[in-house]
Amino acid sequence: MEARPDIAVLISVLLPFVAAALVPLVHRLAGAFTGWIVALVPAAGFVALWTLVGPVSVGAALPVAWAWAPSWGISLSFLVDGLSLTFALTIAGIGTFILLYSGAYLKGHRQDRFLAFLLAFMGAMQGLVLADSLIALYLFWELTSVTSFLLIGFDHTRQAARRAAIQALVVTGLGGLALLAAGVLIYTISGSWELSAANGLRALDVYPLLVLLVLLAAFTKSAQLPFHFWLPNAMEAPTPVSAYLHSATMVQAGVYLVARMTPELGGELLWNLTLMGFGGATMLWGAVAAIRQTDLKQMLAQTTLASLGLLMLLLGVGTELAVTAAVLYFLAHALYKAALFLIVGAIDHGTGTRDITALGGLRDTMTVTFIGAIMASVAMLGLPPVLGFFAKEEMYAALALGQWLPLVALGALVIGNAVLGAVGLVVLIRPFMGELLPTPIEPHEAPVPMLAGPVVMGGLGILLGFLPSLVGGAIVAPATSAILGSAVYSHLKLGIDFFGLPFWLSVVTWALALGLYLRVDFARTLLRRTELAIGWNFDRGFDAVYFGLVRLSGAVTRLLHHGRLELYLFVVFALLAAAAVLPLWLMGGLPSWPSSIDVQFYEAGVALLAVVGVVTVIVARSRLFAILALGVQGLSVALLFILVGAPDLGFTQLMVEVLSVVILALVMTRLNLDADDSRPFEDWVRDGSLALLVGVAVTSLLWSVLERPLDLALSRFFDANSVPVAHGHNVVNVILVDFRGLDTLGEIAVVMTAGIAILALIRGRKRRPRGAPVPAEDVPLPAGRKELA
Amino acid sequence: MSTLIFRTIAPLLTAVMLVFSVFVLLRGHNEPGGGFIGGLIAASALAIYGMAMGGEAARTALNVHPLAMAGFGLALAGLSGVLSLAFDVPFLTGLWSIFDLDGSEVALSTPMVFDIGVYFVVFGTIAAVALALESDGEDA
Repeated sequence: MEARPDIAVLISVLLPFVAAALVPLVHRLAGAFTGWIVALVPAAGFVALWTLVGPVSVGAALPVAWAWAPSWGISLSFLVDGLSLTFALTIAGIGTFILLYSGAYLKGHRQDRFLAFLLAFMGAMQGLVLADSLIALYLFWELTSVTSFLLIGFDHTRQAARRAAIQALVVTGLGGLALLAAGVLIYTISGSWELSAANGLRALDVYPLLVLLVLLAAFTKSAQLPFHFWLPNAMEAPTPVSAYLHSATMVQAGVYLVARMTPELGGELLWNLTLMGFGGATMLWGAVAAIRQTDLKQMLAQTTLASLGLLMLLLGVGTELAVTAAVLYFLAHALYKAALFLIVGAIDHGTGTRDITALGGLRDTMTVTFIGAIMASVAMLGLPPVLGFFAKEEMYAALALGQWLPLVALGALVIGNAVLGAVGLVVLIRPFMGELLPTPIEPHEAPVPMLAGPVVMGGLGILLGFLPSLVGGAIVAPATSAILGSAVYSHLKLGIDFFGLPFWLSVVTWALALGLYLRVDFARTLLRRTELAIGWNFDRGFDAVYFGLVRLSGAVTRLLHHGRLELYLFVVFALLAAAAVLPLWLMGGLPSWPSSIDVQFYEAGVALLAVVGVVTVIVARSRLFAILALGVQGLSVALLFILVGAPDLGFTQLMVEVLSVVILALVMTRLNLDADDSRPFEDWVRDGSLALLVGVAVTSLLWSVLERPLDLALSRFFDANSVPVAHGHNVVNVILVDFRGLDTLGEIAVVMTAGIAILALIRGRKRRPRGAPVPAEDVPLPAGRKELA
Repeated sequence: MSTLIFRTIAPLLTAVMLVFSVFVLLRGHNEPGGGFIGGLIAASALAIYGMAMGGEAARTALNVHPLAMAGFGLALAGLSGVLSLAFDVPFLTGLWSIFDLDGSEVALSTPMVFDIGVYFVVFGTIAAVALALESDGEDA
């Protein structure tokens, strides 16, 4: 069959979104079988992607692009290469079993909504790993954050779930912004939105900034120290979500980003050391934190942290062996961790608890689950010859060098793997072996859809271990080549090298794991006491920052939005005066005093009328009288406009003045103000000097404009084009409705929005019963009138 | 405010002003005027009617909520721009159809439709505010 990457991309990226919209309909028709039906969507994606394995494994990178915004040079472009195909196949393959599982796990519990969210996430995740366009990458990246938010907070009646959802959104959203900045930076450097077109980034001065942004995005998404705290909290989500988003796919997006950027950004000391440092620290942190837990799901979440750190560490080492190990480990981990999460979900479903101290002896009642658990735990321990074993051997081989830095990393890896192995043993042995303990629900086996995932994925982890050359040639080598940017050939083969150092390091790992397993209860007590003694954790740190921000914004709002009308007006007008006069004064543009003023007698008369109006406003005792006097001033100005040949402006000014007087008078009657306006002397001085200041400022601004020769370019343009182009003789109107029509459209939208806001204000005041006293704080009294109120 | 003289003359005044507002609106492209001024005149006319007869009477006379008129105007202005899509020219490009009707030249154009939209937005918004203030926020 001919490879059609465009169809594969459509099926794996677009189809899940379409299906998400259709899920409610399917649910109404198919009821309990919805899970079976929607699982076909990722299954189809998997098959479509599988057809591309052939060409990709011989080194092809298949681009797919559709026009998006051609005028800005943006296209919706995807790139199917070894790396994206590995991730996409994992997402589609595991997604199939997750959807099957969810159908049974959430029977009758708003299942349609849950499945729709999961499908939307799946589409976003596929888009993320397949995208080549930086804009598409960013959009899909944010979409996974948003769908993750919806899924973590799915049980939104619980406060803990809501908090975890917001926390995850805030932390990953921070990284998303960093990714956007990095994308824009790459675009400005390379001149293309396509990631595959980026080159030469290392030599630039902004390289450290770019590394910082990319790693910030990757570390927040993949929950590396110090952003790791959101991932354990995200376990508030239903178990299929934890299995899918928070172990196998979404949290791997950061790992994917680092791998994707390695050809452009990798190979420098800054990149390698940062990744190794943060990755190693996260690995050890997660490993230790996993021992502390008794909740199975929390244990697994912490080991996910450790595994993510391990992957970052390997990518930081960056050699061919290390990257091969990272790809192998990603595959092995995705399979066994998703299986283990599903098993924990099945245990929870079957017994009503996930606490290892309350579970035991389930091997007889939940036999199939037990078999799945054995297969997954074997992979977690990395026993030969499962996939996890090869991953472990590769990573040890990659670091078994003589230099001190790889040796430190090697030591950390051995310890990390040992703790992960111990946790694997705990998850395998504690719930299933020993005495049967009483549980909230009578233990019963899970239904078939819930068993399919653990058994198939656990089994696949073992089966693939027997086919190392196939896995190596079809998946690992192409992915490694894509990450390193140079062709790599698979060297994986079945068999164990009993005389090699990696094997004996594995033996040490297993021995440590067994030892730790035997003393796990002691270790847990010790760690819990230590944590209590410290009394602070990153989760509390997040709260401190988060609520600190809320308090800060509250303080800023109260400072700026104090609700005192006089102060608002004072600030606005003082700033207006400053804006008008300060630039003139500082840059020496103040107008000179005019030598002679050429005024006709009728113009002087109208100006005098305006002055009389203003003086009347100042001396008037009654408010209504002052408003009318203000109208006199405005009408005089309108008259001036008409006299100097701006009929349109004068006409409009006339109508605006009339309506202002009417509306001001109406507003005044609605405010319970005294009829006369008397203010104390100090207010009079303050308001008067501000008014004078604004007047002087605006006058000098206008005067300095008039002093300069008028630039007639625009007038000439409109004169020349108004009739031939726009068929109108009234240039003002032609500008409004034609030349600058878009401005006018925006302005009338603002006018209408303001009208709606005013109506809302008037309605808000109406609610008070007629005749009831107006609360004192509602009336904007002028200063000095408070003692009278 | 509502003296007998005012109440008698207000409906007449309103009618004349409304007709005048339409005249100002339509002549706007070549003579002083246009949708904005026309809308202001129409709003003043309604404000006068409301002052004389009461906000309730003005509302009844208007038949539709003034804000609905404003919304209609905004939609009309926007649609006049969208029409250019059909002719594969950029948004809000003026389209003209000038033809001869019984000896006199008639010009229909999207800027005119746009201007009518402006008229309705200005009229509707200001009338809504004025009426709400006049009728003390009742049924605003």
